[in-house]
Amino acid sequence: MVSIIWGCFILIGVIFSIATGSVEALNNQILKGASDGIGLLMEMLPILVLWTGVMKIAEDAGILQKFAHLVRPILHKLFPSLDRHDPALQYIASNIAANALGLGSAATPFGLKAMEEMQKKNPVKDTATEAMITFLILNTGGVTIIPTTVLALRLSHHSANPSEIILTSILATACSSFAGLMLDYIIRKRKKL
Amino acid sequence: MNFISTFIIPIFVFSVVIYGFLHKVDIYESFLGGAKEGLVMTFHIAPAIIAMIFATNLFLNSHFLEWAFQFMNPIFQTIHVPIEILPMAVVRPISGTASLAILNNILLVYGPDSFVGRLASTLQGCTDTTIYVLALYFGSIKVTKTKHALGAGLFADLVGIIASFIIVSIFF
Repeated sequence: MVSIIWGCFILIGVIFSIATGSVEALNNQILKGASDGIGLLMEMLPILVLWTGVMKIAEDAGILQKFAHLVRPILHKLFPSLDRHDPALQYIASNIAANALGLGSAATPFGLKAMEEMQKKNPVKDTATEAMITFLILNTGGVTIIPTTVLALRLSHHSANPSEIILTSILATACSSFAGLMLDYIIRKRKKL
Repeated sequence: MNFISTFIIPIFVFSVVIYGFLHKVDIYESFLGGAKEGLVMTFHIAPAIIAMIFATNLFLNSHFLEWAFQFMNPIFQTIHVPIEILPMAVVRPISGTASLAILNNILLVYGPDSFVGRLASTLQGCTDTTIYVLALYFGSIKVTKTKHALGAGLFADLVGIIASFIIVSIFF
């Protein structure tokens, strides 16, 4: 899937540049591409490194567990088909907490474990359960309190206030997650009628 | 409202350090360990960043978009949004790096503190790579009948795009 996007970008770029006669610019673009990439990485590197350092303190101090504990009560309402003591709920809570804190690499293993637990109780193994779908909608909404990469990118472009988009991002995420969950809820209700 | 956004990072850093102290964590060692992970992680994503910056530069600088979507120009002009938002919204659910590369281009051309710069930043922060996540998670347990998962996920993304536009318009 990513290959298709990548390939199309290059092919369209080359063909269209030649067709419009800007071959010299194209030539420069190709030669400059890699150094632009490296330049961007080098500008983003310091803040990314700083932030993973800060988040490691949080992780070692057990903030992840604390966060997971806080979101659990809400999860009972969102996943009525899962039992209160289902281990899947703990993994879902940890996954959401890790995502919110921007610990993307920590979030994925929890998410995979959650899917595995839900699959154990799935009567039809090749078909998604209600809980799985709800979980994925919640997960792809991706509530991140501090979007580090976007901040790093804005900083590298000399924004006067790189963090001013934090609140707008959180609000937009809330809208999109809510819409996804509502649609999921409506579809589920309709099937039961 | 900007007040909250400006204070969230200092408050966050302060709380983490205090919390670490209270839980008797060796905060300095923890930080070093995390920073090292961050370094490794950044070099890990370096090839993908280079690949995507290269491809999106070719694509966006060929001005194919402006040509292919000429008929939509009046719409984009009335809402004061450049056409680059379009491919960003399309690739966001598939590849986070590709949309990041487009975001980089938008910030370069229009500036991070422009309306478009803020909108694109919000867009990047507000959703995840829906299609990639679905493929990864359902693939891991070999579920092939995913019912309305993809539809609802993409619907949520669409609402996120519209919400970003409205919220950024109100805020700034």
